[in-house]
Amino acid sequence: MALPEKQPVQKKFIDPVAVKKSISQRLVVNNITKIIFLIGLLFGLVVLGILLFGVVRDGAAWLSLDFLQNAPSRRPDRAGIYPALMGSIFLMLLIIPMIFILGVGAAIYLEEYAKKGRMTSFIEVNISNLAGVPSIVFGLLGLTFFVRNMGFGSTLIAGALTLALMSLPVVIVSSQEAIRAVPQAMRHASLALGASKWQTTFKVVLPASLPGVITGIILAVSRAIGETAPLIMVGAAIFIARAPEGIFSEFTALPIQIYNWTSRPQADFQGLAAAGIIVLMVILLTMNSLAIWIRNRFSKRY
Amino acid sequence: MDTKLTTKPAKEGAKTMNQPVAARQSVYRVNDLNLWYGDDHALKDVNLDIKQNEVTAIIGPSGCGKSTFIKTLNRMVELVPIVRTNGVIEYHGRNIFDKDYEVEELRTSVGMVFQQPNPFPKSIYDNIAYGPRVHGVKNKKILDEIVERSLRGAAIWEEVKDRLNENAYGLSGGQQQRLCIARCLAIEPDVILMDEPTSALDPISTLKVEELVQELKKDYSIIIVTHNMQQAARVSDKTAFFLNGEVVEFDQTDRIFSNPSDKRTEDYISGRFG
Repeated sequence: MALPEKQPVQKKFIDPVAVKKSISQRLVVNNITKIIFLIGLLFGLVVLGILLFGVVRDGAAWLSLDFLQNAPSRRPDRAGIYPALMGSIFLMLLIIPMIFILGVGAAIYLEEYAKKGRMTSFIEVNISNLAGVPSIVFGLLGLTFFVRNMGFGSTLIAGALTLALMSLPVVIVSSQEAIRAVPQAMRHASLALGASKWQTTFKVVLPASLPGVITGIILAVSRAIGETAPLIMVGAAIFIARAPEGIFSEFTALPIQIYNWTSRPQADFQGLAAAGIIVLMVILLTMNSLAIWIRNRFSKRY
Repeated sequence: MDTKLTTKPAKEGAKTMNQPVAARQSVYRVNDLNLWYGDDHALKDVNLDIKQNEVTAIIGPSGCGKSTFIKTLNRMVELVPIVRTNGVIEYHGRNIFDKDYEVEELRTSVGMVFQQPNPFPKSIYDNIAYGPRVHGVKNKKILDEIVERSLRGAAIWEEVKDRLNENAYGLSGGQQQRLCIARCLAIEPDVILMDEPTSALDPISTLKVEELVQELKKDYSIIIVTHNMQQAARVSDKTAFFLNGEVVEFDQTDRIFSNPSDKRTEDYISGRFG
């Protein structure tokens, strides 16, 4: 608390003349780096723009209500994506609760209950590693475990479980981050009022981290919905005329339908594929916007 | 709880404070408390007897163990995984380290106010109602009453009564701290632990909290950690001076500040270190 004593005059190490000289040079570097970063941004934007333009040019003409309501057909003018669209929506509805319960549960355990130690950090590192495993490997796992061992066959539930498994690492990591971002002071406030650990987690930590958790889940689901490889491994049907009727029905999904159409030689099917891409993209953009909206609307500042 | 009221002298002014009030019940009896953070011996043979309806101040330089000590009283210190303790802390005659003494039970009768105001990111109402809800109060009417009473108790009702449903983060720092005190009152505790409650507040908010402490003393026993010696002198009945994890001196506040029996206490109080 005591005031510092008067200091003797010190030799100065920063020479004002040299500083003045170097300023213009530093500003040049400043501008150059700014331009480099701008180019980095523009590159991505331009490529994306070209892609979007190409897809819309090819596919817009094929978009119609019939396109959304019809089954695929050998005649392009009668072909639609109804079964694939419904397949993707069903997949989504099945995946969300699975990854919410399993992913958030695992994240809560790791953050709130697990003793910090070598074992925990070993597990955490491996979860992050799993997030980097190619999706086709998850497809193989799904084929072996869900389709064959569990005997589900090439059904909607096998596909959903496989995609959920693939999304889990991402959901766990992002939920952990959201939970970790809740200040310790919140937990202490709750515990000091006599709340149990579960009450603290459920009433304070989870509500405060929910925006982050939900954002992570939506982004993971968006990615899962765009996946083709694991579904091909699991054996999603290439051609199917009806929407799935239950979790044990055969199914197909949008990316598979698009993949199917692009592999045909006729130009009309290329157009249909482009229209399918537009539908898939609209779904993904809607989900991502939802994620952003949730994050902005509900995120709490401490 | 009411027995001590009848045994107390009718007029209790500054005068009687000099005399030990033997009739007062002990809230906490700390016997040979030792605490380690890993190998770091943070509390050494602490012995204190904390009386009901008194304000006990704990002073001492940074790192002397005063915060550790107050957090031990409601076992919040155990949130640090490497903590070990031995010794006995009797709370109304029961050792708080007993295996069958649940921390949740202890913390329901011993409230705590932290150094930084830490309201939940919820409405003012939900902040206060949190504690009672955790303990099973669901009736809206009862909750309303608890909220009003607690906010009045913390002298913040008039400022917030028209915006109970607004987020607590909209309040100023000083208001947030009084809100936290109100939240603590809502669980109807018997003791309130305050860990440097005004260190993040401006002088006017500090004054309000200090006045509040005087007010609360009528109904609660208060233990307050402070690094501000004037504050200890202003608000407390008894003061404990901690140094390097030991209790150097524990006595009536005016004695500590006018006629300390230990040289180290005198040095600290006169600002020679710390």
